[in-house]
Amino acid sequence: MSLGLETLHLRKSYDNNEVLQDCSFPVSESGIHVLTGPNGCGKSTFLRICSLLEEPDSGEVRYFSGANVVEKDLALRRRISLVLPRVGPFNTTVFSNISYGLAIRGIKGKEAAERTLKALEFVGLGHKRGQRALALSSGETQRLGIARALAIQPEILFLDEPTASVDRKNTDIIEEIIIGMKQAGRPMVIMTTHDQRQAEKLADTLFVLRDGRLFQG
Amino acid sequence: MMSIMESFFRALFLILHLDKELLRIIALSIKVSGTALAAAALFGLPLSAFLGFRKFPLRGLMISILNTFMGLPPVVVGLFVYLLLSRSGPLGFLGLLYTPSAMIIAQTILAFPIVTSLGHSAIVSVDPIIRQASLTLGATPFQVSLTIIKEARYGIMSAFIAAFGRVMAEVGAIMIVGGNIAGYTRVMTTTIALETDKGNFELALALGIILLAISLIINSVLHIFQKKDLTRAGR
Repeated sequence: MSLGLETLHLRKSYDNNEVLQDCSFPVSESGIHVLTGPNGCGKSTFLRICSLLEEPDSGEVRYFSGANVVEKDLALRRRISLVLPRVGPFNTTVFSNISYGLAIRGIKGKEAAERTLKALEFVGLGHKRGQRALALSSGETQRLGIARALAIQPEILFLDEPTASVDRKNTDIIEEIIIGMKQAGRPMVIMTTHDQRQAEKLADTLFVLRDGRLFQG
Repeated sequence: MMSIMESFFRALFLILHLDKELLRIIALSIKVSGTALAAAALFGLPLSAFLGFRKFPLRGLMISILNTFMGLPPVVVGLFVYLLLSRSGPLGFLGLLYTPSAMIIAQTILAFPIVTSLGHSAIVSVDPIIRQASLTLGATPFQVSLTIIKEARYGIMSAFIAAFGRVMAEVGAIMIVGGNIAGYTRVMTTTIALETDKGNFELALALGIILLAISLIINSVLHIFQKKDLTRAGR
């Protein structure tokens, strides 16, 4: 049974500045769900809360499988992944970076190698697998982040501003990668972008975050 | 008195002919300092990780004390270990005074704050995004800690090398607790001190050259690690 999520009345403040006010958001269908809004409106905060990286001040993130609510434990965290705007590549090879998520799940050997290579090929970095990850360009680093998450085959993939720091060429490549995920039917993608053109190009469902509140676009 | 050049050439002769006594002294020096470093790493690395990952009361004070102890005077450490291990001391029953074990204990005390403090600095200087990246990929808290330690590996290696360099070159503490007994506790630095007193410069110079060579190797390796660490940080 595929994973879905909903947020119920999320609120989050930083230094008395209420970034999220009563944000509710149901997503259960696969596809690409885009959250847009101006810079600094709280999109990243919302995504970090949804991906269980941060706790809300109040409200709840609820994951469900069919009609059943899924407990927010390590097992659930391993069914989802978030690609941060600043990827944070590990100081090792591109290949080792991609296989990290598999290694910590105890997946090694041939299966790990196959899944790693598949993810690398999917983002067009197969030829860079032996290179040091820290030597990649910013666009390639962003693709590495996506491949690192894809290798673990998440059911829900959160992408936080995946093209915010890359050039036009890499923006096009990353958009094609995201469309490729949709065509493959997996994973469900929930992403943020401040780029209206990109939001309209990619979104199956569009949400807008404005003044701390969430609206369906 | 033998000229400096003559002493120097005799020293080179000793080195090139792999003089047995010279080799034994070098081997004991490396064994004592290497064991002390291993012991310091065994206790220091977990403590540096604990200080890096956990927030608790008096943490700042502990770090300040460790930083202060990095500059511990070796003779004071020697005196402290001597008092502990002397026959009337609390650990006198172990009979360790004037043995290589006593020298290892003294050097471990000297190396421990260096390994711990520099190791802690290396761990806390890892980009916080690494922790978040590990978490988003499904790492457990323990796996996150291991990942951060792995990212800090060049800094941690620098800490080990700095500590090894410090104890290899140290003379005061091991002179006090080892006694500089020929064929038993005599190491490079204590031999240099003794042979210089005796006017026997060729052995002292030979050991001095080797000590400098070891120091050069240690610093070259340290430089390589620091360079790799700076590359990592994008500097």
